[in-house]
Amino acid sequence: MNMARVQWPDNVRAGEVVKVRMLIQHPMDTGYLQDFTGKLVPRNVIRLLTCMLGDQEVFRVEPSSGISAQPFFEFYVRSTATAEFKMEWTDDKGAKGQHLQIFKVT
Amino acid sequence: MKAEGCLRRKGLQSLLLVGVAWPWLNGRFAHAQGMSSGRRISFEDMVQPIVKGAKLVQRDIKIEAPILADNGSLVPVQVQVQSPMSEQDHVTHIYLLSQRNPVTQMAMFQLGPWNGRADVTTRVRLAGTQDLVALARLSNGEFRYNQMEIIVTESACVDAS
Repeated sequence: MNMARVQWPDNVRAGEVVKVRMLIQHPMDTGYLQDFTGKLVPRNVIRLLTCMLGDQEVFRVEPSSGISAQPFFEFYVRSTATAEFKMEWTDDKGAKGQHLQIFKVT
Repeated sequence: MKAEGCLRRKGLQSLLLVGVAWPWLNGRFAHAQGMSSGRRISFEDMVQPIVKGAKLVQRDIKIEAPILADNGSLVPVQVQVQSPMSEQDHVTHIYLLSQRNPVTQMAMFQLGPWNGRADVTTRVRLAGTQDLVALARLSNGEFRYNQMEIIVTESACVDAS
């Protein structure tokens, strides 16, 4: 199942600073809220999210329970050459996610 | 016959209402015990664990967020830092701090000269009306900050769902 969506403008030229938008499907349970039976839902948030563009790590986030469910992040990156964009994340349960997409520079 | 049926329906309805409300009411009480939020901490308490006495100035940061957020569970926040983002002078970290949440540091972003622009956007949870602080660490070890008050009509920490 596709857990993440990553978006950037079409026709990226070399040297341009482009906006990258990321959306991940994750409940980001804070550990403070109950379910309908009144039981506390254990904390399960994304601890670390990294974005690699080729061999370069371009963005790293350490979120906490203060980030809303279905986390959304936006950042800028300077394009150099066509490379593979790799996003990886790990949550409290140790579950890992990955998203690969080709960052095409024309 | 008809009146009796009506009575039974009323009874069932109220039973259902109690059934639905019970875990929520229970949850409310348990919830109030388990949380230490609601208390606003001072600015120094917010930033000093990160800044650790380094130089801190309020300039060059712009926070874009709604002044009045209807839903504390989802508040879009954009932080823009004025920086050339060159090899010598760039932003290395951006911290989003909350005054009132049980966890003060909401997120930490790591940036570098390859970003071209120190500008991040995310969506945060806020436990009530409070000051939001954006803190940026520059490559020379200095810190910049800015703060903004956000009025939250519905806190992120009340629903039991």
